[in-house]
Amino acid sequence: MDIPRDKLLEIYERMVTIRKFEDRVHDEYAAGRIPGFVHLYAGEEAVAVGVCAHLSDADSITSTHRGHGHCIAKGVDVNEMMAELYGRATGACKGKGGSMHIADIDRGMLGANGIVGGGVPLACGAALTAQVQGTGAVAVSFFGDGGANEGTFHEGLNLAAIWKLPAIFVVENNRYAQSTSVKYASAGGDIAARAQSYGIPGVTVDGLDLFDVYETTGAAIDRARAGEGPTLLECQTYRFYGHYEGDTQGYRSREEIEEYRTKHCAIQRFRDRVTEQGLLGDDELDAIDGQVADAIEASVEFAANSPFPDASEVTTDVYVNYEEAI
Amino acid sequence: MGEERTMSLGLAIREALHQEMERDTSVIIMGEDIVGGAGSDEPGAEDSWGGPMGITRGLVGKFGHNRVRDTPISEAGFVGAAVGAAATGLRPIAALMFIDFFGIPMDQIYNQGAKLRYMFGGKAKVPMVVRALIGAGVNAAAQHSQSLYSIFTHIPGLKVVIPTTPYDAKGLMISAIRDDDPVFFLEHKTLLGEKGHVPEEPYTVPLGVAEIRREGDDVTVVAIAKMVNVALSAAETLEAEGVSVEVIDPRTLSPLDGETILDSVEKTGRLVIVDEDTPRCSLATDIAALAADEAFYSLEAPIKRITAPHTPVPFSPTLENAYIPSQERVVAAIQEVVSV
Ligand SMILES: Cc1ncc(C[n+]2csc(CCOP(=O)(O)OP(=O)(O)O)c2C)c(N)n1
Ligand SMILES: [Mg+2]
Repeated sequence: MDIPRDKLLEIYERMVTIRKFEDRVHDEYAAGRIPGFVHLYAGEEAVAVGVCAHLSDADSITSTHRGHGHCIAKGVDVNEMMAELYGRATGACKGKGGSMHIADIDRGMLGANGIVGGGVPLACGAALTAQVQGTGAVAVSFFGDGGANEGTFHEGLNLAAIWKLPAIFVVENNRYAQSTSVKYASAGGDIAARAQSYGIPGVTVDGLDLFDVYETTGAAIDRARAGEGPTLLECQTYRFYGHYEGDTQGYRSREEIEEYRTKHCAIQRFRDRVTEQGLLGDDELDAIDGQVADAIEASVEFAANSPFPDASEVTTDVYVNYEEAI
Repeated sequence: MGEERTMSLGLAIREALHQEMERDTSVIIMGEDIVGGAGSDEPGAEDSWGGPMGITRGLVGKFGHNRVRDTPISEAGFVGAAVGAAATGLRPIAALMFIDFFGIPMDQIYNQGAKLRYMFGGKAKVPMVVRALIGAGVNAAAQHSQSLYSIFTHIPGLKVVIPTTPYDAKGLMISAIRDDDPVFFLEHKTLLGEKGHVPEEPYTVPLGVAEIRREGDDVTVVAIAKMVNVALSAAETLEAEGVSVEVIDPRTLSPLDGETILDSVEKTGRLVIVDEDTPRCSLATDIAALAADEAFYSLEAPIKRITAPHTPVPFSPTLENAYIPSQERVVAAIQEVVSV
């Protein structure tokens, strides 16, 4: 599948934005400027970007506790994202959600999620809207290897399969759920194989290879849009940081992390391939690196200079309409 | 008596788990990453997580994988399995991590575990404990900060326990494990580091018995979980103004020690309830109704409830601070009722 030049540039820009955003959030968190719980997506960029490169604002995604990458891949503004993590009034959710609930429904980003497996049925619902209204849109649910052990995963796949919903289920198998290895927690081998039980295609994807993710997702989306129903993609990937910021990571070795960072970096792999094939030049890629670095710096400035929400905001946005004083 | 031994509330829970698992081989524990490192080949990976705050670390080394189990992220599965195991001879402890996740196993809890005994005409018992973190205060946002204890208190067949001191944490956990009914043992995440005296030998603190944390004559304050500390600080502040505040910690929400609360209200004639949970159909409302029913003629002022607003828990520090009942609000409420 040939990817147009502009698309390749956009893909690179989004992947680098995720990486630099997460590296910066790691530092900001350590410096005590970001409160709450934070889970970083660095290392897994090719999955979110390779999938979302096919989507427009009309298509929906659901995400996880590790949601920053999905936001950026779906085009959410990084200023609003950083301000949200900072808990500011200018944030994507006015400071009400934070990292674990960051969302932008106008971009079709139906939220990070504090509940593992919580997004799978929501994506079925977005696909149902598309099917009922005949919009041609698709819905993608991202979730982890751990999330695939929740009942919502099984119920969601079955529902999507019997109704032939235009949905794509993307397992981000980064080998661990918190400290627990997928080898311990998941019966039956590949998670992709679970698709067979529901009579839908299940494909194992090299989630560190942008091109593999892009091509496989393209086929799944074509199938979904043609009314043939959902697909399960298992993207094998790796997270560079701990499960959450503060995780001491006694369950995996420094060598393992280093090996992925140096030998299996999805961004480096993408860069090597596009330059070797003469699709993009180092100059233009370097220029993107510079622009992204500036954008991330600007996002921190924007966040730090934004006001905190007023305390009166606590009681707004609970309902659309409610007679009783809260 | 020698030096008093002190430890954190979290470690007091750990000690209770150790002592009960030692005493009774039918006690097992399971939950996500309560050991940690399952399936990893890395040396030292085992026990690298130990559940929230590492409280369950060390259990697997002593009691083995047969009785100490990491689970997949499948709460309906393992909490339901705890119900089934409890009904057939074990005393399982299911660690749910955050109470906010209860929606996933809830059918197994309220339609199965809570009702088996009644539906079976008293021929079954379900001696299990569900451990979970509750409460706001660490900017963990809407899905990791809720209190929710009123929901379990509402359900016949369940018991609900919230320790606020290390001493109580150990004694209540031992009671909860030995109890023959399903018990929700809820740990406020900001209290786990609280330090206090904990005797080394096993002991019990009975379920259904409140503790008067501070004696006073002018007003009764019933406070739940972290709000006990807020009420105690408010009482201290008001002492300087000559207001004598009695602070009651129910410790167990179901069964509730109504007698201790009513005796106190009869003495003081005034009642303020401080509850971090949302106000509708809440413990605050429940306790207010109890006093209105049973101690109406002793009351010299309207009952005041200080609660969170009827909203989800917000993320931003400024919003979360406004959400959690503050000492200032408690002081103002007490001043209001004593001025009547
Ligand atoms: C219902 C529910 N159970 C447990 C948790 C606690 N928790 C948060 S993330 C996580 C691990 C998720 O692992 P995985 O799905 O593989 O995603 P990853 O973190 O690896 O991206 C757990 C157990 C939760 N948030 N929600
Ligand atoms: Mg994972």
